[in-house]
Amino acid sequence: MIEYLQILGQEVYKIAFLLIPILVSVAMIVWLDRRVWGLVQKRRGPNVVGPFGLFQTLADALKYIFKEIIIPASANKVVFILAPIVTMTLALVAWAVIPMSENLVLADINVGVLYLFAVSSLGVYGIIMGGWASNSKYPFLGAIRSAAQMVSYEVSIGIIIINVLLCVGSLNLNDIVLAQKELWYVIPLFPMFVIFFISALAETNRPPFDLPEAEAELVAGYQTEYSGMMYAMFWLGEYANILLMCAMGSILFLGGWLPIMNIYPLNIIPAPLWMILKILFLFLLFALIKAIVPRYRYDQLMRLGWKIFLPFSLIYLVMTASFLFYFDKLPKVNI
Amino acid sequence: MIFHSIFFYFFSVIAIFSSLMVITSRSTINSVFFLILDFISVGCLFIMVGAEFLGMILLIVYVGAVAVLFLFVVMMLNVAEQKQSWFIGKKSTHIPTGLIVSVLILLELLVVVGGWKYKEDVMSSSTLILSDISNTHQLGLVMYTDYILYFQLAGIVLLLAMIGAILLTFRERIGVKKQSYINQISRNPSSAVELIDVKSNQGVKIDD
Repeated sequence: MIEYLQILGQEVYKIAFLLIPILVSVAMIVWLDRRVWGLVQKRRGPNVVGPFGLFQTLADALKYIFKEIIIPASANKVVFILAPIVTMTLALVAWAVIPMSENLVLADINVGVLYLFAVSSLGVYGIIMGGWASNSKYPFLGAIRSAAQMVSYEVSIGIIIINVLLCVGSLNLNDIVLAQKELWYVIPLFPMFVIFFISALAETNRPPFDLPEAEAELVAGYQTEYSGMMYAMFWLGEYANILLMCAMGSILFLGGWLPIMNIYPLNIIPAPLWMILKILFLFLLFALIKAIVPRYRYDQLMRLGWKIFLPFSLIYLVMTASFLFYFDKLPKVNI
Repeated sequence: MIFHSIFFYFFSVIAIFSSLMVITSRSTINSVFFLILDFISVGCLFIMVGAEFLGMILLIVYVGAVAVLFLFVVMMLNVAEQKQSWFIGKKSTHIPTGLIVSVLILLELLVVVGGWKYKEDVMSSSTLILSDISNTHQLGLVMYTDYILYFQLAGIVLLLAMIGAILLTFRERIGVKKQSYINQISRNPSSAVELIDVKSNQGVKIDD
């Protein structure tokens, strides 16, 4: 019994060690996002609170904590309160399988990729629940848009993941990283990387695909009725999801925690730092795209997902499989 | 081992409770949420017996896609009207049909379990788990070799169902302006804009 409690205590310690850096980095990433956005538009961005405005997000979070939570009278209260909790929990839970180095991973499970995919496909529930429970037309329209969008783009993300898995032959995330020792998959699978990146933008409701919260049409989409800490939880979950997508992209295509080349000055930099650098690089692309690309129309978004990305990634999948089969490069199962 | 069984009972109690709530809860939205909870706890049970691939696929397919569609359909219905009483108040027509279907399903389950018990060369799940290749590899090795025909047939059946559903709901609307992306992109100023000298008191003819 005491042994189990000790194990439990260790796990809790490990989880706290994972979660606190993620929450802090979410705060920093929000600052970076706004800063890049400002610089692109020749503004300064947040630069008052703390050095370079670094504590701006913390100040915002503090403000949200002390604000009153307003629950609309006609809302379905249980679901209304559950929605932001679901969003944030799912966004944080997925981090359990992300390897920061070969050993630095909370749960090194066999089906890591499937787990990530499953958790990110559950993310849509927070949004639907929030939109429906608000009992108001704009949140509901936003929720419907978001759900349709996320479900559509999940399909092409799934096929892209299968592309990578064909080359690796394992669903374990560490195995995927180690398989890229010779060559990062961004080079042979470059079109898939581009499609993955655009689908990740759509999956996380980022501009140019932020139709669920298109302020010109839907006020603020599914978050319209939320206030105070509940809004902050939606917002934290959203950014944690964005970071997660960046981490997923860097594991699948950019070699995860591997250095660029296995030569002297590069390979003494510790593995977690490489992972963080890659996540930051992808996030910088996210932030730049937010600043420079105008919003898509909804039918264009759906057309892009179903009529362009899906057929293209399917064709590329067949091509990858044929190439691997013809040149006898298919990964061997060691039985 | 005791913790394993505690977890097992935890998940199975949640699964049974939520499946009961699916059929008894008043509002259809709550039913769908309990259905999702049921799927998730059954997925956890799958993972607990070592069928991690099946558990994850259950989460991805049923919770991530099918239940979302359920939720959509239910949200589109008028929930206030759907609050009809099943057990009290006016007589419901659903109960006899539901009873017939559930009795049939129970019979089928009994037949399946019985037939499986008395078949001799069935491997028990424990032998599958103990071998040292992963669950996913095992499934792949069986599914794409011995059962390739059934696998492909299932795929074709699903494709047919999809095409059928699209055909049933597809109707061409007449008189609606369609946007062709090729035409929109390939427009250029010389063909789109025309400069006309307008004579006074005569006007211009547009789009004849």
